[in-house]
Amino acid sequence: MIAAGIDCGVRNTKTVVLKDGKIIGAGMAPTGFDADAAVEGSLTAALRRAGLGRREIGRIATTGSGWNAVGVADGRVNEIKAMARGAFFFFPSARTVADIGAEEGRAARLDERGRPLDFAVNEKCAAGAGAFIEAMARALDVSVEEMGALSLRSEREVRINAQCAIFAESEVIGLIHSNVPKADISRAVLDCIAGRIAAIIRRVGVQADVALIGGPARSVGLLSCLQRQLKVQQVLAPPEPEFGAAVGAALYAAEGPA
Amino acid sequence: MNGEQKSEFWRWTESAWSDPGLAWGTARCITAGVDVGSVSSQAVLAADGRILAYSNLRTGGDSSGSARRALAAALKIADMPESRVDCCVGTGYGRVNVPFAQRTITEIACHARGANYLYGPDVRTVLDIGGQDIKCIRCDGNGKVTNFLMNDKCAAGTGRGMEVFADLLGVPVTEVGDRSFEFKGAEPAAVTSTCVVYAKSEAIGLLRRGWSREEVLAAYCQAMADRIFALVKRIGVEPGLAVTGGMAKNRGVMDRLMRRIGSERMQTAWDTQIAGAAGAALFAQALCLAGGKKQSPQ
Repeated sequence: MIAAGIDCGVRNTKTVVLKDGKIIGAGMAPTGFDADAAVEGSLTAALRRAGLGRREIGRIATTGSGWNAVGVADGRVNEIKAMARGAFFFFPSARTVADIGAEEGRAARLDERGRPLDFAVNEKCAAGAGAFIEAMARALDVSVEEMGALSLRSEREVRINAQCAIFAESEVIGLIHSNVPKADISRAVLDCIAGRIAAIIRRVGVQADVALIGGPARSVGLLSCLQRQLKVQQVLAPPEPEFGAAVGAALYAAEGPA
Repeated sequence: MNGEQKSEFWRWTESAWSDPGLAWGTARCITAGVDVGSVSSQAVLAADGRILAYSNLRTGGDSSGSARRALAAALKIADMPESRVDCCVGTGYGRVNVPFAQRTITEIACHARGANYLYGPDVRTVLDIGGQDIKCIRCDGNGKVTNFLMNDKCAAGTGRGMEVFADLLGVPVTEVGDRSFEFKGAEPAAVTSTCVVYAKSEAIGLLRRGWSREEVLAAYCQAMADRIFALVKRIGVEPGLAVTGGMAKNRGVMDRLMRRIGSERMQTAWDTQIAGAAGAALFAQALCLAGGKKQSPQ
């Protein structure tokens, strides 16, 4: 059985192709203003990687905020279920999972079979979302990955007091002007974001293992800050965390109509 | 990066003013109030409790430098040596960084006191919309605070939020108010997002759908007005409403807000941004009379 999951996010659209429960292709395209084109682009890329043609896909399920733009899909999976399923696929030991997107964050506590017991969502405030990390990296003139690595070299703790992404940006610029080392600012930014993510996670309860999916999970610095704040041994993240929810949707598609 | 090439749509004009008719040479007591905000800084000079000069500048990277620049600009336009200032009070977000102030007083108290001077003793509600916060203050006829509420957690509804938005749309922030009425047809619905970051994404989407910039501005001004109204509603408006801060100059937000509140706001010829510094200068006057007359150290 070949199935595909499409996660149409605010920033990027991700497609994952599964064959008999194994990932055989993945593709991503910026969502931009044309979600249909992004879906086509990511699906085509994923199929190319899988070496398959369009007709070979048995079923497609979609998730993410732009799901209604996905005309090709057979069904829709809500974001919480897609997140839970995707994270659990990589880490069956996960009992608390979080998905951080460009503008939103969500968390859920899972039972031993990976089903969500409780969930929390933040879609009111961009502090603690990917767009915030990107904006801060831009202010520091480094990539998001570099910012994560830099933060691990921080020698001095600096605090960012602002709760709002807009205000935090002004604060970061202030720190840059007062010649605070980039490593310390990076750590401060990631600590600030980790604090917001930790707050969503605490709403569902922290139970090890904790897994994080979504683009920001690529940042080793963020994982480290989150670990510290949640007081857990480690925060797990798959190698290509941005595809997490698409994997979840693909797994539902493989099961067929509910 | 070539930031110099880019137009700075958020930028507003810095200003300074002095009262040519006010001869301060014989004044018993000259005081200064300096309000260092997150976005703008003001200095007000008062002679025996009457405003004689002020300056209004953008806050720079360091607060004490901004405080010093603001005071220097006011002194310069009043043609006064700094040594003539008997007492100075600092206020605002960066008030601890006004090195030459004899005292600091919270901006809540200063705005109420300042609004009482700028708008007269009928003021009972002061709505201050600054760069990084919104304050709704209730006060008595002497400008004394009786209650207040504040939002300083979120950029929605603040001056900084408006600057970010002006930059996004490429419309000078000082023109946003007027431009937000320049469209044909019905008033568009407010932008639904609370967060400025989301509102930006939403605005881009609206432009793509063929909305004019003016319509997007209208939708955003309405969203800001709604946001401010949500705070105002919690504390209630007693008639005699004075709006202070930079947003008071934005008709796009103000007219829409007043429609929500269902009343008129009071009018003043003064620059609405100087209320905090004016209040500080008047408190300094009281200190001066109480015997706290000191020379400014620098």
